[in-house]
Amino acid sequence: MSSVQLAPARSSPAHTVAGAPWSARRLRTPLAFFLVTLALLASLVLSTAFGAEALSPATVLDVLVRRMTDRPVADLAHDTIVWQLRVPRALLAAVVGAGLALAGAAMQTLVRNPLADPYLLGVSSGASVGATAVITSGLFAGAGALTLSGGALAGALGAAALVFAVATAQGGLTPLRLVLTGTVLGSAFSAIASYLVFRSPDPAAAQSVLFWLLGSLAGAEWYRLAIPAITVGVVAAALLAGSGWLDALATGSDTAASLGVPVRAVRAGLFVLLAILVGVLVAVSGGIGFVGLVVPHAARLLVGARHRVLLPASAMCGALFLLWVDVVTRILVRPTEIPLSVVSGLIGAPAFLVLLGRRRYRFGADG
Amino acid sequence: MTAHLRAEGLACSVGQRTVVRDVDLDIRPGETIGIVGPNGCGKSTLLRVLAGLRAPSAGHVLVGGVRLHRLGARRRAREVALVGQEQDLPSDLLAREVVELGLTPYRAPWNGTGPRERAAVAAALAAVELADLADRPVDQLSGGERRRVLLARGLAQQTPLLLLDEPTNHLDVRHQLHLMRLVRRLDRTVVLALHDLTLAATTCDRVLVLHEGRGLPLAPPCEALRPGVVGAVFGVDATPIRHPVTGDTHLLIAPLTPEHTP
Repeated sequence: MSSVQLAPARSSPAHTVAGAPWSARRLRTPLAFFLVTLALLASLVLSTAFGAEALSPATVLDVLVRRMTDRPVADLAHDTIVWQLRVPRALLAAVVGAGLALAGAAMQTLVRNPLADPYLLGVSSGASVGATAVITSGLFAGAGALTLSGGALAGALGAAALVFAVATAQGGLTPLRLVLTGTVLGSAFSAIASYLVFRSPDPAAAQSVLFWLLGSLAGAEWYRLAIPAITVGVVAAALLAGSGWLDALATGSDTAASLGVPVRAVRAGLFVLLAILVGVLVAVSGGIGFVGLVVPHAARLLVGARHRVLLPASAMCGALFLLWVDVVTRILVRPTEIPLSVVSGLIGAPAFLVLLGRRRYRFGADG
Repeated sequence: MTAHLRAEGLACSVGQRTVVRDVDLDIRPGETIGIVGPNGCGKSTLLRVLAGLRAPSAGHVLVGGVRLHRLGARRRAREVALVGQEQDLPSDLLAREVVELGLTPYRAPWNGTGPRERAAVAAALAAVELADLADRPVDQLSGGERRRVLLARGLAQQTPLLLLDEPTNHLDVRHQLHLMRLVRRLDRTVVLALHDLTLAATTCDRVLVLHEGRGLPLAPPCEALRPGVVGAVFGVDATPIRHPVTGDTHLLIAPLTPEHTP
């Protein structure tokens, strides 16, 4: 965990909302993608300037260019800070943000509810049981971060499997049943996690668990990037491949079925993809609130509701959002690093209210 | 592009309860058939069974001689389109995007919109006279426009059989007639659930009346909706009157008398 230094926040993370007239969407969509891509690339570079040691963008660029072109390193300290510490962290933030926003958009379609977030299926509380078990049993101190991720992943997938089984046994993966089962079982898992914390003799365990629950990207390294990046990529590809079916599903299960969509199979597939995606993300970064809830709404405002454009737009906006949220966590309260959820919640809640207040949402649950 | 729809001894159940039974249909290609009956008589359930979304508890549905419930979802969606009530469309969709959903059974779910798709969508929107509103978000459309957009989606699905659940709901009288004229002109076999008996009488070739969970024989409106049947099914007094100008038969419904109050 690195200490941080206060530096001016140059860019607001909530600049992803545009408000052009509707009729112009056909022209606007490519433009939006162009601008977001540009912002994302610039942010990946700029964000690495912020942290314990404030670097100038020129220094950052110099390090990056030398690394990319295989030229000798000029300043070993700068190279270490930028290339070993901050670039992997920025990339992890982008991957996790993209994954969460993607998961949020897909979850909102699966349960046809604008309030759905990626953690709806009890995945995060299941992960917290696994992570808490690892922390309180002392395994964490012995074996380190990988055990924690492993425990969280096991808990997440176990919880998702249980939600899947219960919902299926009680009549199928309908939106209402998924929301109810996920919420109820999620509460149960949270209770188990709390019990584990209170039973633990180690007073520091509660602190570790709390910090983990609220999400952090501290300690990101190159080797930890591969699994989340591949997971996000594969799930994104699978979701895009089914985007026509997701469009139909968003209008209701009867309509989707009469349009020839294999509704049950699509729902089950969506569930499995989401459980794996969110399970991996939670294992890597803990629970990060609001990204998966707010970003898809902003993306819908930007490019519309068709999944073919909504999913990539959500992923890119999510990456952009979490990248800057992570920068704020590093520089806001010096020298402590604050959890991601604290910042994403502080920005996300008002942003969500503004987005919902701007328009009527007709997105109700069915079945 | 029309289909021959046949059903024999059809029964539809919701859970353990049989909602409708003894429905026999033999619908000729190109006919427009109305289904009427009091609230909760199972019109929507029957339509869902006829659309292949729900399996019948007895009997079977034949579209063009093929057992509908044996077809895969995609194949079935090229035979039958169902346009339901669908009050809650995602608000960020544009009218043309809703209509484009009708092309789902004809393309892979990863494919985008090409010129052929755009032309099909434009044609469907033009058929319901909404070409101007193609780029309007659906939540900014009036109730009548939204119903027509949904109908356009059903048309874009290019099925020989089109099922409509209360297509005139929430429409003012002019838009009701407008929509029914549109439906009549379609080169499709159309089955629609209707509340308005006069509308059913004046616009349908034949009418199926659902009474106490059974389907009465399919018959022309003047026979299916004769005063005795309307009295028994709906509990109101109906008098058929010939329209002095058009010559159509309309049903005059008398106000409820105390003996009618349940």
